[in-house]
Amino acid sequence: MSDTATHVEHHFDSAEQQQEAATLGMWVFLVNEIMFFGGLFLVYVVYRTLYPAAFVAASHHLDITLGAINTTVLIASSLTMALSVHSAQLGKRRLLILFLVLTIVLGAIFLGIKGVEYAHKFHEGHVPGPYFTWEGPNGGQAQLFFGLYFAMTGMHALHMIIGIGILTWLIVESARGTYGPDYFTPVEMTGLYWHFVDIIWIFLFPLLYLIGRH
Amino acid sequence: MQHHSQTSAQPTAAPATHVVPLSVYFVIFGTLLLLTGTTVWVAFYDLGPLNNVVALGIAATKATLVLLYFMHLRYSASLNRMAVVGALAFVVLMIGFTLSDTITRPILLPAAPQFSLPSTSK
Repeated sequence: MSDTATHVEHHFDSAEQQQEAATLGMWVFLVNEIMFFGGLFLVYVVYRTLYPAAFVAASHHLDITLGAINTTVLIASSLTMALSVHSAQLGKRRLLILFLVLTIVLGAIFLGIKGVEYAHKFHEGHVPGPYFTWEGPNGGQAQLFFGLYFAMTGMHALHMIIGIGILTWLIVESARGTYGPDYFTPVEMTGLYWHFVDIIWIFLFPLLYLIGRH
Repeated sequence: MQHHSQTSAQPTAAPATHVVPLSVYFVIFGTLLLLTGTTVWVAFYDLGPLNNVVALGIAATKATLVLLYFMHLRYSASLNRMAVVGALAFVVLMIGFTLSDTITRPILLPAAPQFSLPSTSK
């Protein structure tokens, strides 16, 4: 009898069936997340088609270099996450922990750069609300862009903070030797979540930072 | 879907997940970086109405690569692929139907009140 038996709940026939159920469950959760972020993207699309000039003008106040660096950092964190799952599948515990730590470090770098960008917005008065300041026409419309910027990147950052929390738990469990070739479902499911958050940023970057740059 | 043999009462040795070769991960990673560079570079050129098409096309390509390889959808059960395609279809419906209202409103009902926001703040 292999160790697998200890990980299979009694209502599943096999480890394989349990894994398939967990994977489908995770995808259904991610479908819910797609619809959630879809609502934010809908608001963005509607207001950008209504106020294209103000959106371009406001977007020019975002730092394209920091945005591009963060995109690279996040894609690198997706690679280390994929390598974590790979290490777990092969039962390489030290590599698994190493790649999980690297994923957290890259996620923290992303959030740090995001924090620098947010601080810059506060200094420039580009935070929506009573202290919003805007040199130029269509201040109300520009404020709408920054409202969407903070809402979308803020929700994205919140997802990353939650992801870092889950990754920390995975490191603790990995150190205990919970995961190996027989059982690595939590690592793989966390990977799905982390890659999903990466995909959201892949769309946020061109939509927020790269409009009307020519 | 029924891989489990009915004759065997013992749990299978390991979940039948596909171990993706490392080279695949690194090739996808390199492609994603290349596409990120491309989308930044192309943003500084005016392609007219194609600006959004190119930017979103590159983003969709990157997302597809992440879904298929990093998220193992290519090796996963087709039920999982259906869930994702279904979600994306509903997002397209949601955005498409809403735009069909907001875009055509000034054309069809020019006299009706339009969206408006204060043009200046303070």
